[in-house]
Amino acid sequence: MSNQDSEIPVVLTGQHYTTGNHAAAEGSIAAGCRFFGGYPITPSSEIAEHMALRLPKINGNFLQFEDEIASIAGVLGASWGGVKSMTATSGPGYSLMVENIGLGLMTETPCVIINVQRGGPSTGLPTLIGQQDIMQARWGSHGDYEIIALSPSNVQECFDLALEAFNFSEQYRLPVTLLMDEVIGHMSEKLIVPPKEELTIISRKKPTDPPDKHLPYKADDSLVPPMATAGEGYRVMVTGLTHDERGYPDLSPEAQDKAVRRINDKIRLNKDKIIKLEEYMLDDAKTALVSFGTSARAAKGAVNRARKKGIKVGLLRLITLWPFPDEKIDQLADQVDKIIIPEINYGQVTREVERAVHGKTEVKGDFRLGGAIHTPQEILKEIERN
Amino acid sequence: MGRVEVRFAGFGGQGIGLMGRLVGEAVALYEGKNSVMTQSYGPESRGGASSADVVIDTEDIDFPKATDLDYFVVMSEEAYSKYIPRLKKGGILFVEEGLVTLDEQADKAKKIFKIPATKIAESLGSRLYANIAMLGFLCANTKEIVSEEALLKVMKTKIKARFVEKNLIAFQKGKEHQQEG
Amino acid sequence: MSEEEFQLIEADAHPLDGYLREGRIPHIFCPACSLGSVTNILIEAIKEAEFDRKKISVVSGIGCTGRIAGYLNFDSFHTTHGRAIPFAIGLSVTDPERKVIVISGDGDLFAIGGNHFIHAARRNADITVICVNNFNYGMTGGQAGPTTYVGQYQTTAPYGAVEEPFNLPDLAASCGAVYVARWSALDVRRMKDSFTEALLKKGFTFVEVLGSCPTTFGRRNQLAEGKKILEYFKEKSEIQHGADTKTVRIDKDSQIIVGKFVDIKDKKTLTDHLMAIQRMSKATGKKG
Repeated sequence: MSNQDSEIPVVLTGQHYTTGNHAAAEGSIAAGCRFFGGYPITPSSEIAEHMALRLPKINGNFLQFEDEIASIAGVLGASWGGVKSMTATSGPGYSLMVENIGLGLMTETPCVIINVQRGGPSTGLPTLIGQQDIMQARWGSHGDYEIIALSPSNVQECFDLALEAFNFSEQYRLPVTLLMDEVIGHMSEKLIVPPKEELTIISRKKPTDPPDKHLPYKADDSLVPPMATAGEGYRVMVTGLTHDERGYPDLSPEAQDKAVRRINDKIRLNKDKIIKLEEYMLDDAKTALVSFGTSARAAKGAVNRARKKGIKVGLLRLITLWPFPDEKIDQLADQVDKIIIPEINYGQVTREVERAVHGKTEVKGDFRLGGAIHTPQEILKEIERN
Repeated sequence: MGRVEVRFAGFGGQGIGLMGRLVGEAVALYEGKNSVMTQSYGPESRGGASSADVVIDTEDIDFPKATDLDYFVVMSEEAYSKYIPRLKKGGILFVEEGLVTLDEQADKAKKIFKIPATKIAESLGSRLYANIAMLGFLCANTKEIVSEEALLKVMKTKIKARFVEKNLIAFQKGKEHQQEG
Repeated sequence: MSEEEFQLIEADAHPLDGYLREGRIPHIFCPACSLGSVTNILIEAIKEAEFDRKKISVVSGIGCTGRIAGYLNFDSFHTTHGRAIPFAIGLSVTDPERKVIVISGDGDLFAIGGNHFIHAARRNADITVICVNNFNYGMTGGQAGPTTYVGQYQTTAPYGAVEEPFNLPDLAASCGAVYVARWSALDVRRMKDSFTEALLKKGFTFVEVLGSCPTTFGRRNQLAEGKKILEYFKEKSEIQHGADTKTVRIDKDSQIIVGKFVDIKDKKTLTDHLMAIQRMSKATGKKG
């Protein structure tokens, strides 16, 4: 991305030809991110590299930590320091982060984690695509919680959804995961960055009551408490222990019930605002594809090819992966005879769809185990197979 | 126009990635079409063969990888051997003739365009211009990939200012090259 | 203080009022544990250093010492096991004026969190780290840890510990800490002076406090009362300011060398470097 002006712009308004990884970094910066803490890992490292280049120019800080555990801890600390913060990693690094993602959930700390997925388990396929961290993003940390995870299918969405991930994290006060994949991360496409004033930027709600009256974990009907951060005189008390509205540890079942219900319900309550879907040719469809990320591109191609042959197929593209669109899938189950899920794993979203259709329709996964992506022709074959 | 798949390939240091980026960007930003550019990545991209794929389409690009090449622009022997099987029957081959010896696998090509791009570049003072000479040659011989106008626009913004002039000359030389025979 | 001068103070106010979180006291520390007095001393040092209270953040990990942050009426953060230091770095770099104090135990900082400690010292992060070393994992019932000395009995070292312990001041010094001191829980005044010096100094400053843990350490090592541990410290410790940190390891029945070992001047800190990078990035034409 070029920067010819002497004044350094924060939002690089204009058209660019760039990779998903760079677009996600720029979307984060446009959202207001000014701290990046990370550790190199393929295929996400370009995000860290881009942030190392860009952040200092706009008075932000980039820190390369000693590992992913430190990275996410630093990100949480920076968020409590009052700065929008993020990290980027891939599956193995995400595994190391999940404990502190739990701390972020319990302490309601806004931040963004980008996971550019590769094939696993373990070291797996470092340089090749996977979509195998869907469940890790959902359940990687221990305990009961709701999360938000978004999945871009093109370079433009890497920018748009990185920005949205920050907005959600600030609005609902939790770590939000942007689940990219190697193909989207590395491919170059056109990206249009809108003028700054056309971007919607959400920042955490601040307390209005004086510090001596303030209860940091008391929420209104939105279930999201305003957030005082360090240095504002509120003397915040932050703990991963179950806590009361003062933030003080309270290890009673009652306190646990109240705290854990609220951090779950604040997402469940707002599910409709968080779930983003693309519906493509579903109106008269008898077969539905459900897909996301890179796979959704080929799925759309398969729909186009099938339609040319007169087959009534449509696509439901999951832009939001978590919370899962149960109601939409349930409606779809009433309409179609079959749902096919092209995904680059061994059935992670398929299992969710199976759960959500309540046995009303046939559900079939079309799996790649990582390293390769579906072609539209392959998915078409799957549609035609009866 | 439907989907067009182009692969640029050679060895590390030839600026293969830049060729892909310039063409991809020119198409996507100045020609109103979609393009996806991907580069060889991972351990296989260190040293050895380097490649950059550009997929061009007026429709959405539903499959971002190049698998059946309409065009193969090749600048090293190793890349030729590695990727020639991917060229479609009836596809078009652009060859750096000083560095690549063709074999019978090239017979499936509808047309073969040859240019001593590195020699031309060396005459300008550096073999680093070979990739741009090749792009000039490409532009002169096919209209299906990218227009000269769009490509020059991108080159002027993406190539470091002090190298632009020489690269434009290289482009021109490539464009004017008449292959023998 | 003579007998005659001694008088009971009757007052509604406590000297630490406002510095401790009301409603969080009484604390959970065992009788004769030194964490109460370390908390007190830390507050005294913060008062003495005269920081803007808004600008102080206290971060801890998990464990007995890890609970201290939560009793203090500053911005306080009780994080995950071993991760106080990187969390503190995030807080520190987002406001160069902020004073960030990490107080945690030996297991938290040097076993599970050891990697963060050495890297924070290496990059000279602007934080003060206080380790209360009680030679064992107290919160979980007395297991052996990275500072357990050879021959010490703990629940996971029922035949006596066999592994070499860390020499914490030497570790800190060799990784680049600009200030390193060690005091026992008995050295109240000197500990406070060290805390104050460490707090006022830029960069990575480290103070090891040898704590008394009668419940899970003392009980198994013939030091079952807090007083006995303090007497042990009194008998064994010897002040050697400026001692070569290589010579200060703690063995069973060895002398315990305490004092200020390292005090380096004018070393660039992580904050200095980050600010320099910001200046450089704006001056160069590097695209991005």
